[in-house]
Amino acid sequence: MADIAFLLLVFFLVTTTMDTDKGLRVKLPPWPDPNNPPPISTQNNRNVLEVLVNANDMLLVEGQLLDIEELTEMTKTHLTNDGRDPRFADNSKDAIVSLKNARGTSYERYVEVYNELKRAYNEVRNEYAVNKFNRDYDQLPEDDRDEVQDKYPMKISEAEPVDVGE
Amino acid sequence: MATFKKSNKKDGTAINTSALPDIVFMLLFFFMVATKMRDKDVMVKTAVPVVSEVEKVEKKSWVNFILVGPPLDASKGTAPRIQLDDKFAEVDEVQDFIILRRNEFPPAIRDYLTTSIKADRTVRMGLIQDVKQELRQVNSLKLLYSANSGDVKTRR
Repeated sequence: MADIAFLLLVFFLVTTTMDTDKGLRVKLPPWPDPNNPPPISTQNNRNVLEVLVNANDMLLVEGQLLDIEELTEMTKTHLTNDGRDPRFADNSKDAIVSLKNARGTSYERYVEVYNELKRAYNEVRNEYAVNKFNRDYDQLPEDDRDEVQDKYPMKISEAEPVDVGE
Repeated sequence: MATFKKSNKKDGTAINTSALPDIVFMLLFFFMVATKMRDKDVMVKTAVPVVSEVEKVEKKSWVNFILVGPPLDASKGTAPRIQLDDKFAEVDEVQDFIILRRNEFPPAIRDYLTTSIKADRTVRMGLIQDVKQELRQVNSLKLLYSANSGDVKTRR
């Protein structure tokens, strides 16, 4: 009996996989409807943090060259600005990060940049949660979590692809 | 050491193995439930990037995989290719693939289907972008950039 069971066990061990799929979760913008074009953005320029990654994997944030190490800090400043600095967002609820890339950007760099932006959001949310509820963000009950999400909605816009050089 | 030997040498009876099949069957069922059949041959190299803010997919059977990377078989060239199921495909086949997959599910859960892009880190964004545009056209908007979790060198 045990022999047969062992045989089956080994068979299943060999033929199956257990890799759980992990990664960065992203929501794509819907395909624009030709009869119903999206409204022209009324967003104030200061509310948009423009991030551009070129074909040489260099990073341009708000028109300035930036190291990727500084991107998280920059994004956090942008999100938590609340109108103090005229270069950044005047309100965290309206703050948008716009991510543009060239066709020649490497996938690795793109994912890294995306990761930094996500980290900025996660850290900002966590700090807010700790300040307000004295608890980490992922330990909050559903309602409080919604409130934090409402305060810092994750708006990372992946712009319509523009060909900025191969 | 001597004390151990003494206590074991009381009599020569073997360990009772009558519960062994139960244990083995338990393991067997665990693996049957927790794993899934390796159903596709990977034909492209997919060394996914390493990032820190990863999330897991909650329902594995609701994920469609699109693999992008240079072919493992060197005779197929070195330019990155797309692999759907177990064959190479072109960008314009992505739409049909997603629609076919979506039709296998009842309408109620079609909105929860996720597409996982498993791309090699050397792939250029142009190809990924084309895939993304195809996904948008069939309104399959939930996307996962497959990545491994780990410490990133981009942190000071």
